[in-house]
Amino acid sequence: MKEGRPRSFYVLAVFFAAYVLFLYGPMIAIYVLSFQGPQGGLTFPMNGVSTFWIAKLFQGTGIVDLGAAFRRSLLLGVIVMIVTVVLSVAAGMAFRRKFKAQSILFYSAIASLIVPSIITSLGISLEFRIIDDLIKAHWNENFETSMGLLTSGLGAHLTWTLPFGLLIMFAIFNRFDPRLEEAARDLGATPWQTFRHVVLPIILPSVIGIGLFGFTLSWDELARSSQAIGAVNTLPLDLQGLTTTVTNPDIYALGTVISAVSFTVITLALGTIHVLNKRQAAKGSDAGKGLV
Amino acid sequence: MDTSEDILHPASPDLVRGSETKRAAKAARLSPSFISWLQAGPMMLVFLAFFLIPLVFVVIVSFWDYNEYQLLPAFSGRGYTDTFEGCIAQLPDLCTIGKTYLKTLKLCFMVWAITLFIGFWVAYFLAFHVKSKTWQMGLSLLCTIPFWTSNVIRMIAWIPLLGRNGLVNSGLVKTGLINHPLEWLLFSEFSVVLALVHLFTFFMVVPIFNSMVRIDKSLIEAAYDAGATGFQTLVNVVIPLAKPGIVIGSIFVITIVMGDFITIGVMGGQQIAAAGKIIETRVNALQFPAAAANAVILLAITFLIITMMSRIVDIKKEL
Repeated sequence: MKEGRPRSFYVLAVFFAAYVLFLYGPMIAIYVLSFQGPQGGLTFPMNGVSTFWIAKLFQGTGIVDLGAAFRRSLLLGVIVMIVTVVLSVAAGMAFRRKFKAQSILFYSAIASLIVPSIITSLGISLEFRIIDDLIKAHWNENFETSMGLLTSGLGAHLTWTLPFGLLIMFAIFNRFDPRLEEAARDLGATPWQTFRHVVLPIILPSVIGIGLFGFTLSWDELARSSQAIGAVNTLPLDLQGLTTTVTNPDIYALGTVISAVSFTVITLALGTIHVLNKRQAAKGSDAGKGLV
Repeated sequence: MDTSEDILHPASPDLVRGSETKRAAKAARLSPSFISWLQAGPMMLVFLAFFLIPLVFVVIVSFWDYNEYQLLPAFSGRGYTDTFEGCIAQLPDLCTIGKTYLKTLKLCFMVWAITLFIGFWVAYFLAFHVKSKTWQMGLSLLCTIPFWTSNVIRMIAWIPLLGRNGLVNSGLVKTGLINHPLEWLLFSEFSVVLALVHLFTFFMVVPIFNSMVRIDKSLIEAAYDAGATGFQTLVNVVIPLAKPGIVIGSIFVITIVMGDFITIGVMGGQQIAAAGKIIETRVNALQFPAAAANAVILLAITFLIITMMSRIVDIKKEL
């Protein structure tokens, strides 16, 4: 770095800065605009500064029942997060040795990631419609629907979060030193003890990362929810519904609230990862601590 | 967890005593392949129930019949014939569906070219010009943060800028560059492409950056020592080595844009027809077989593009 930077550095640095401005500029604009005064409109200039529109959301007097959608999104996000973490870690462990159907699972995950969301969503909705028809025809004529937040909705979200979870597990175990497990085994640890006391503490920061991915991907998910979630709406669906009828800044207020939750979750998770990494660095080695 | 190894190396069983013996015996009864199934099975089941079977249903239902309010499980090509209605009669002019797909491909190509250009140079800057690992991490995170928030929010964020009375228009009017606000800024093809680039360039940056950081820097020095110009190094060394990332990023961007209906809907003011929008419209009209038929066509086109691109690199090897 001492030898001076080439001209291309400065050109690209400006390019990079422009890209970052392009990324953030519009978003900052709506965060600012959500604090419009009660008379404020959808565009600049600001007409006073207040939390009027955000408060209006929480009073439930706006177009959407924010409270209910908020709780639904939160519930779904948390369940998706837990399921994604458990299934990804388990499958990640399985991929460390060869097993039949390994490549089927791998290609299913990749395909699930790149098949357009609308097709997955449509497929799930057709599947549940056919299940409903079967139930109506054979068991219960008055049956309404098996589609819902925690059936078809949960499944739709998992087809989006699990591929990411699996890919992160691959990255983790690429860097994992299996000698640590051998050492545990040599000391007489059972497989479960090895996992619980050796593997899990080492991979924990990344596992939290998977949870973070799972939650925020679900929290912001729209395309896969659109056809597959049933009669109820999640927050992003409400937000999308608002875009066609919007006349007030409450849409920006809703956007700000959704973003605030995302950013809080990310900050919490990154903080936890940071603390865990520090602890690992401090306690990971027993060198110089002598014999017990 | 790694019981298979235990069974392959039943080393010194005399060291395992008491309850441990029982547990070890229990673990030994589970064969390694059984444990693999136990570990990978749940994820496989989720993909089976919510991805693979639904895809099969899409194909099956695309051949069903329908009327105004329900699915009729009888073989019919109506989903497809309705889709291509009048296409042969109109030849050599393109019918609606043909125009829509052409438009989708055009959008796709524009977004791909722009995200590739931006993504390549952003990744290049991060990988080659930012020398400190901490700065590299920090700047990558900076690019990642907007990705963590809802796409719809990032779309509507353009409204106060591009709208009729938005910042861009009022700025241009005030400076006297134009007399009337520009109408094509929002709810147009322009705003759709802009929003798609805004949303998905990140998917291009990450894989390209990943390929680039793996490039051995001494190769670039060697190129310079051998007398290559910066441009020659770029074309003959950097781009070939970054190709896997470029292909993976391209696959992501192209498949997302091909199937997109939300961005095109919101940013196009519900006026622009695209492949994903057709499916949504058919579903809203409860014409499920027609929706499924369009999904099959879209899937086939997407699959074709991916196959062509994955001929260039072995994706599995790169992950």
